[in-house]
Amino acid sequence: MWRVGTVVALHDETATARTIALEVLDWAGHVAGQHVDVRLTASDGYSAVRSYSIASAPNAEKRVELTVERLPNGEVSPYLTQELAVGDRLELRGPIGGWFVWRTQQTEPIQLIAGGSGIVPLMAMIRSRASTGSAAPFRLLYSVREPGAVFYRDDLQTLSDRENKVSLTYAYTRVAPKDWPRPPGRIDAGLIADATWPSNRTPTCFVCGPTSFVEAATDLLIASGHGRDKIRTERFGPTGDRK
Amino acid sequence: MSSHTYDYLDGNAAAGELSAIFAMDVTIAEAQCAHCGAIKRFAEAHLYMQAPGVVARCADCEHVLLRFVKARQRAFLDLRGMTCLILDTSQLQEC
Repeated sequence: MWRVGTVVALHDETATARTIALEVLDWAGHVAGQHVDVRLTASDGYSAVRSYSIASAPNAEKRVELTVERLPNGEVSPYLTQELAVGDRLELRGPIGGWFVWRTQQTEPIQLIAGGSGIVPLMAMIRSRASTGSAAPFRLLYSVREPGAVFYRDDLQTLSDRENKVSLTYAYTRVAPKDWPRPPGRIDAGLIADATWPSNRTPTCFVCGPTSFVEAATDLLIASGHGRDKIRTERFGPTGDRK
Repeated sequence: MSSHTYDYLDGNAAAGELSAIFAMDVTIAEAQCAHCGAIKRFAEAHLYMQAPGVVARCADCEHVLLRFVKARQRAFLDLRGMTCLILDTSQLQEC
């Protein structure tokens, strides 16, 4: 079932990614980690559908935030990140997906691993934890190309500074800040050992990112003793705008 | 990404398409592979979306579980790769 959302705010996360806040009057609520399908229809009837993760925590305001990364040859993302304006309306289907979700009743340790824009659904989980006052122990390992490519930097800083914090580790793959302790590079077994829950804590792990990143991170988790059944993944593809 | 092994997504990426057909979220159902017998959540299947439709394959043996194609006002759904789909009916109260 398709619904209509009205753009109420736009916020640039990075030079290529924008958060779109929508008010959806008949929104039934969502669970952190879910996504929506967005449908754009041209005047000649041609339509394109793409999936985007929800970045916001469930809330009573019928407000849904999506963060969209612009892809160079994307069919949908350039419009969403460059042309869409406050007051515009978008067709949405969702919320979608009951598997890659964190519910506030969950109390076990949670390991989040994000590659690039894979942070989006994990941010919804972090925000949901904060807004409900959950004490579930959260760790986030966020792999990102360079400091300028980090989404939600201020929010993450706030949520990792306060009491009952989310433990946050950045892993830079191409360019690291000056004096950063770890040289730029992909996540590896050493980083998994240093920055994530040990397998004897039996965390539930959520891994989101490009397919190759998810493969690598999942293999590292399994090699360090985590059960395959404790790892939930959401891959998005090298082609198409998202997923 | 040039590697052919990395061209799939997870079964959960099909949730939107399948929600247009099914009353329940099929991606959280358990699906038994007709080829190897593995029972896994449909969300864990490997999903290929480059074809004219959607093809889901068993994460263990890569045999086809589901094919779904929409064309000319029709939807074609081929489920022969699944012996059984086990749905959580507690969801029905939520609908």
